[in-house]
Amino acid sequence: MRLLPLLLLAASLLTACADDKPQRLPILGEREVVPRPDGGPADTIFATAPAFRLTNQHGQILTNKSFAGQAYITDFFFATCPGICPKMQGELLKVYQKYKQEPRLAFLSHTIDPDHDSLAVLREYSRRLGVADAQQWHFATTSKDTVFALAKAYFTAAMPDQEAPGGFAHNGTFALVDDQGHIRGLYDSLNKTEVERLLKELPILLAEMKERKP
Amino acid sequence: MPLRRFFFLLLFLPACFTNKQNQGEKLYAEHCASCHGDQGQGLAQLIPPLAGADYLKEHRDYLPCLIRQGQTGPITVNGIQYNQVMPGHAELSPAKLTNLLNYIENHFGNHATPRTIAEVDEQLRACPQ
Repeated sequence: MRLLPLLLLAASLLTACADDKPQRLPILGEREVVPRPDGGPADTIFATAPAFRLTNQHGQILTNKSFAGQAYITDFFFATCPGICPKMQGELLKVYQKYKQEPRLAFLSHTIDPDHDSLAVLREYSRRLGVADAQQWHFATTSKDTVFALAKAYFTAAMPDQEAPGGFAHNGTFALVDDQGHIRGLYDSLNKTEVERLLKELPILLAEMKERKP
Repeated sequence: MPLRRFFFLLLFLPACFTNKQNQGEKLYAEHCASCHGDQGQGLAQLIPPLAGADYLKEHRDYLPCLIRQGQTGPITVNGIQYNQVMPGHAELSPAKLTNLLNYIENHFGNHATPRTIAEVDEQLRACPQ
């Protein structure tokens, strides 16, 4: 009689195995439910990353279209940042090193100090980080107002602050954006388990992208 | 009875010492690790390592000043030139600097004669103004 609960448990585990629905990452941000004019079931419109126009360290213009067919991980830093940036960029470097052969994944680091971080400074920074030849990792600049608005849209806090080390207060969030512009994950780069979570979730997203475009 | 109280008080002493012994490690985690790394490994050619750094041995007397005042301009460590800004930590007392430096200089594979507070105090007086 004692065997019954065990058997039931085993059975429930079996059904879990049989259920091979692919794992999906959530779509983050606000969603809008739009009623259809024909009275059919309403459409859900998911928020996407904002439209942008940036310049990368090689002087190339980057827009949302530059990342067609690619997911990207984005963060906000500045070259002279004495606070959290080295740790944050060091963690992103680990992810990059693991995925540098993966053409479907790009890296986009925005400088929040465009006054100082010229293209030459960004090139020098990428060289010192050891990714000088990287076509996949963009160190991008735009106007100050634009970059702070972008940070907000990617759920990262960034703003000028005289009290903060280096003159800017920001946090070390990585946002994972999919090939359709949806934000699929936010990770605190200063927390080791969060970076591990990113490494675990990246293959899930890449698998989903493969299904979309085999 | 007083003897028992003495032994009772004695119980609290090691707690004090242990706390102080870990001060260097705590200060490192708080002020240094996000740039220089958990293992003093630095970051590529952006942030110099502390582990096995020749700079520590060659500039031993100057290190308390360097931490207090920060560092700007090019600096060469183990043959590689770095050029980032390191913020100063004017708030660190001679005792804290001593514990911090003793931690750095005897971890990450580094070995150095432990510093005394008096020694660090004297080195701080010689800091460039």
